Amino acid sequence: MNSLGWGPAALDAAQLGQLFLHFLMLSLLAVGGAITTAPEMQRFIVGQQGWLSDAQFTASVALAQAAPGPNVLFVAVIGYNVGGLWGVLATLVGTLLPSTTLALLAARWGEQHRDALFVRAFSAGMAPLTIGLLLATGAILLQPAGWQLGAVLLVTTTVALMHLTRINPVWLIALGAAVGAAGGV
Amino acid sequence: MTDTPAPQLPPPPRRPATPGELFRAFNRLALQGFGGVLPVAQRELVERLQWLSPAQFLELLSLAQVLPGPNVVNLALMIGNRFLGWRGAAAAVAGMLIAPLCLVLLLAALVAQAQDLPWLAGALRGMGVVSAGLVVSTALKLAGGLQRNAMGLPLCAVLVGSCALAVGWLRLPLALVVLGLGSLAVAWSAWSLQKCEDQGRGPSP
Repeated sequence: MNSLGWGPAALDAAQLGQLFLHFLMLSLLAVGGAITTAPEMQRFIVGQQGWLSDAQFTASVALAQAAPGPNVLFVAVIGYNVGGLWGVLATLVGTLLPSTTLALLAARWGEQHRDALFVRAFSAGMAPLTIGLLLATGAILLQPAGWQLGAVLLVTTTVALMHLTRINPVWLIALGAAVGAAGGV
Repeated sequence: MTDTPAPQLPPPPRRPATPGELFRAFNRLALQGFGGVLPVAQRELVERLQWLSPAQFLELLSLAQVLPGPNVVNLALMIGNRFLGWRGAAAAVAGMLIAPLCLVLLLAALVAQAQDLPWLAGALRGMGVVSAGLVVSTALKLAGGLQRNAMGLPLCAVLVGSCALAVGWLRLPLALVVLGLGSLAVAWSAWSLQKCEDQGRGPSP
């Protein structure tokens, strides 16, 4: 029970291809940031393929948030745990290639059409979905700990401190690590 | 890009001269960003380097947020592109990703080595709970913006709830939800915005 089963699972080339294609498809659906596609990644990797457990999936996201840099790097940690360095390549390139290509094209077009009806309708229409997806992501990340008292208190504390103070999130992650190491969740 | 008549923005005082300069700037700000890069990006690019005015930064950010993909990566891409074209875009994105990627993979490899330590699984579980809290608090902060949404607050609340339930509880595929609910919501927003404009540009957009 102590071992997380952490570390690359042995994926063959066909499975790596599947992983790459899935992340490629998710890239353009990631309206509101890559983290909004986490529920779908979890459904595919944990539920459908069984390449990672719930605990490994959540720990991958948590580890990326504890390290400096953009949060999108959680896809690299997931890739590493699923298929080693090839897995990293599959998930990271899959996630970034379509969206960066689109962003580069849009940068040239969108700066001039910021006020166009379609651009405003798109951002207004997608805003509530982004928030719904973030809430779903929160619920899925909580699954390994379950809805026990310690976890609920820790989530509430996190949300409260993020709203009431300008605390750097890394201290909250450290608090979570301490509470968890002491057996609190 | 330059022939837009309004608004009259003061030109940014400085600009990067080479892709290398962009790479270093984005590398530096990414390595400072624990739990999110956006606040650091604003401080570095607008206040310290003064490559962008606050208004220019906000404009680029809102465009980066509308587009699919990681917001800060999109932002780096657009800023790099604005100054030095595609070479600038590549330098900014590489600067933002390479060093943090190596660090986080090193961390993952260390965890793989030490995973039999009894407290480590607990620590990672605790960090996961805090991650969930961070994501939820981002959602709550963004929710404030829905008060000015063209669709109106009640409909927005219904969309937030149904999207969260469909993906988080029913576990429907994301493509189905984003394309289905999303296209309805965008169409409804377009209709509401159009109606507002037809009514002689009412007070709320």
